[in-house]
Amino acid sequence: MRKIGVVVFPGTNCERDVFHVLSDVLHIETEYIWHDRQDMDGFAGLVLPGGFSYGDRLRAGVIAAHSPIIYQVKKMAKDGVPVLGICNGFQILIESGLLPGALVKNERLNFVCKWIDAKVKNTTTPFTKLFQKNQKIRMPVAHGEGRYVADGLTIKKLRQKNQIVLSFLNENPNGSAESIAAICNPEGNVVGMMPHPERASEGVLSPVADSIDGSTIFRSLMHYLGESYST
Amino acid sequence: MSALTAAEISHLRKSLRRHPTETEFQMVAAQWSEHCSYKSSRKYISQLPISRTRIGLNSGFDAGLIEIGNDLVLTVRIESHNHPSAIEPYGGAATGVGGVVRDILSAGTRPIALMNGLRFGDINGNNPKVNQHTRWLLRNVVRGISDYGNCIGVPTIGGELEFDKSFDNYCLVDVLCIGLSKTSEIIPNIADTEDLIFLLGGSTGRDGIHGAAFASAGLIREDRSAVQIPDPFLKKILIEAILEATEKGYIKAMKDLGGGGLACCLSETSHSLGKGFDIDLSRVILREEGMTPTEILISESQERMFLIVGRENRESLEKIFVKYEIGYSIIGKVCSGHNIKIRHHSKVIADIPSQIVACAPLLNRRSAHPSYLRKKAATKVHLPKNLGPILIDLLGRPNLCNRSWIYEQYDSEVGLRTVLRPGEGDSSILRLVNGKYLAMSMDGNCRRCYLDPYQGTLGCLSEAVRNVICSGASPVGLVDHLQFGSPENPEVFWTFQQSVAAIKDYCDALKLPVIGGKVSFYNEKNDSPIKPSPVIGAIGVGDNLENIGKARLSPRCHIFVIGFTKEELGGSEYYLSFHKSESGKVPRLDFAEDKRNALAVSNLIASGVVKGVHDCSKGGIAIALAESAINGNTGFDIDISLASNTCDRIDSLMFSESNSRYVVTTERPKELSEILTNCKSRIHCRKIGHASDSAANDTVRYRKGNQILVNLELEKLRLAYNNSLENMLNDVGI
Repeated sequence: MRKIGVVVFPGTNCERDVFHVLSDVLHIETEYIWHDRQDMDGFAGLVLPGGFSYGDRLRAGVIAAHSPIIYQVKKMAKDGVPVLGICNGFQILIESGLLPGALVKNERLNFVCKWIDAKVKNTTTPFTKLFQKNQKIRMPVAHGEGRYVADGLTIKKLRQKNQIVLSFLNENPNGSAESIAAICNPEGNVVGMMPHPERASEGVLSPVADSIDGSTIFRSLMHYLGESYST
Repeated sequence: MSALTAAEISHLRKSLRRHPTETEFQMVAAQWSEHCSYKSSRKYISQLPISRTRIGLNSGFDAGLIEIGNDLVLTVRIESHNHPSAIEPYGGAATGVGGVVRDILSAGTRPIALMNGLRFGDINGNNPKVNQHTRWLLRNVVRGISDYGNCIGVPTIGGELEFDKSFDNYCLVDVLCIGLSKTSEIIPNIADTEDLIFLLGGSTGRDGIHGAAFASAGLIREDRSAVQIPDPFLKKILIEAILEATEKGYIKAMKDLGGGGLACCLSETSHSLGKGFDIDLSRVILREEGMTPTEILISESQERMFLIVGRENRESLEKIFVKYEIGYSIIGKVCSGHNIKIRHHSKVIADIPSQIVACAPLLNRRSAHPSYLRKKAATKVHLPKNLGPILIDLLGRPNLCNRSWIYEQYDSEVGLRTVLRPGEGDSSILRLVNGKYLAMSMDGNCRRCYLDPYQGTLGCLSEAVRNVICSGASPVGLVDHLQFGSPENPEVFWTFQQSVAAIKDYCDALKLPVIGGKVSFYNEKNDSPIKPSPVIGAIGVGDNLENIGKARLSPRCHIFVIGFTKEELGGSEYYLSFHKSESGKVPRLDFAEDKRNALAVSNLIASGVVKGVHDCSKGGIAIALAESAINGNTGFDIDISLASNTCDRIDSLMFSESNSRYVVTTERPKELSEILTNCKSRIHCRKIGHASDSAANDTVRYRKGNQILVNLELEKLRLAYNNSLENMLNDVGI
């Protein structure tokens, strides 16, 4: 299997966590990609991890979205390479136009860090294919600007094209429209999510009965890549 | 603002054998402030047993070090930022986090966790103006910590919170940081002649001028310009750049710029390394025009680090700084001798032995037994008829209620080490490597310390250690943060001495070292001192994550109380909240019993027989049980009179805050009793009841024999406990 790239901007702070889960827990070949890197050959998938790229200045994700590496990310996304944006990574994907809508300040205006329930609504993406449709999963969120908003037409399109990947269940921690927790592009290979799957990938760190739903996100990717190689 | 007294000025002249230059005078004034020199406290805190690491690393670092095996070193540091937070809560609290993180970074260790201890005035008292001010302070302190800690990617894993009238219009913001590194990668703290001196990170401006002096006097005027400006993004890349350089071994010595700015950093580093420095201030990167050399020296601008680097590593190091796009300049070099020579362009403006600057003359403060204590000895309160409403009321009190409104604003999980999050257990737990884990707790109790600073401080120590024990870890060290009013007030100074004596006695009795500490005086508003507020942090290490204790009641468990309950309600939440009484006898610590019970609970947890465990502290057995029930979503039925006690009254037995007690729950009661019977010494342990069978529509029932004292739906307790803090904060929109 080819390697997964973890894209790092100044201020990204979940890169080592994602690297640890991919590399140490799931034994996938993983490499950091510092934001000024030119040569992006050999990556079968990309993860844009969470954090505060450029200190969230101006707006979360906006400066990173205008850095040169994003052209390469866009090119790879267009070629069908699976790209996952987690938290700040999701904000960057939105600011770069790879995903529609906007992520604004949480409804209650405070940062929120807690474990939440979510429902898997789309099981066709490279990151969710090992889930059952409508499966209830648990993962933590940790963000200040995670409230998904979009105009009515965009939301309608998201629904029609099955682009809502995860939605919050029981409690909507940030006030997102349609309780959206994750969306994808129409092709499904670019996924952005507010919950942190890397924090829900090892039983010992889980507050609820060893739930490791987050690892299924990464295992889905392994499964997907395994399939695409064999064909 | 000249902080030097006439005696100090004459001492300085005598040591120098000449008049100091203006620059030298200002450097000395910054370094000899109480904040930097500990001139009132050093004599006392030097009596505390410090930790001795095998590699003898404990000198020259701002953070305390402790080796925990597997070639790993932990660094621990506790700091406060009280004055700045009281006038500019957002920036004050944020830079408080920033400062303590730099101390951890100075040793070359990666910051892996933050905790905080917060103290505010009344939030639901009789004075609406005070309540409103407290809300403003609390909201912004929490936001400052949250914005800063979350951005730098260091999890905030827990803390503690207290409200008391003595903090009205003021606040205490204590931040504790833990670092982790391989033993071999610790900064060596050495320097050779001709080594280069780098100033790395933020540029230098006029913010925080006289910050140390500002913190060394009572809070009279609101001098916002003495508060520093936080930049967590710069701190985050500073952390990564420095750790990359540390791993490569490029840095020989390092120190952060904190209180007293470059002036204190230069004198302390030069003194501890035994080397002279030659510095040119014109090479410092400035962000404001027209700064005088003195302003450059004593500015407390944030996010700056001072590095000593061998010439051979200059280029490799500069490459790292360029990669991270961090500003730096080489401001001078190490030279022979012991003088700090400071130039501004070609003009020499200071040339002074670092020892003179670094070693302030110590003071002999007077102390006197406080007169207020004469009126606080005994108290008589009526016995209430109905304890149910009191229990509900206590659960919703600011000092006891659920703190999730605060800790949900902190990223508690980044770094993938957090095993027990805030609110899940008595300590916060981080996994290390090879199944080892770290347990941390922070505790304070200003009301008990006010009534009896010696026993009160012992109570804080015992509680912090108990919390670590409850998690299944063994305590390996303590940190202390001693916060008092003006040391010039003999009655305040007496309470400080008592507090230090308590720490010394406790450490000797339990054979625990003090890994680090800090003293903060002059916590006053309008000449009125705060209550004595020592805050204790306990650090424990465990090696079996299977057995960590959670403060949670599970269905069908048998409930035991370990420890002895006495009529000790002075300073208790029950006396203060219900009887409005701030007097009485505070709990006294029996060292032998404390140790015995801790050992017994450790053995029980290690045997795997324990399902849930919670220490009894504020609010007594009644509250400890209620909290466990709420956390575990399970009710119970207990006969409280079965607990070992010498109480005359039932309300005392419910709410007394005697030390050294634990609520332990198990599914295997026989095994638990057997283990305790096999203990060498007798442990006071009694079964008092059991948890309910299922979690649905549950009730909690406290009995005295057959007489029902309290019979309430669990949901009622939950509502009172969960929503109060948020309701208090939302009382007025700010």
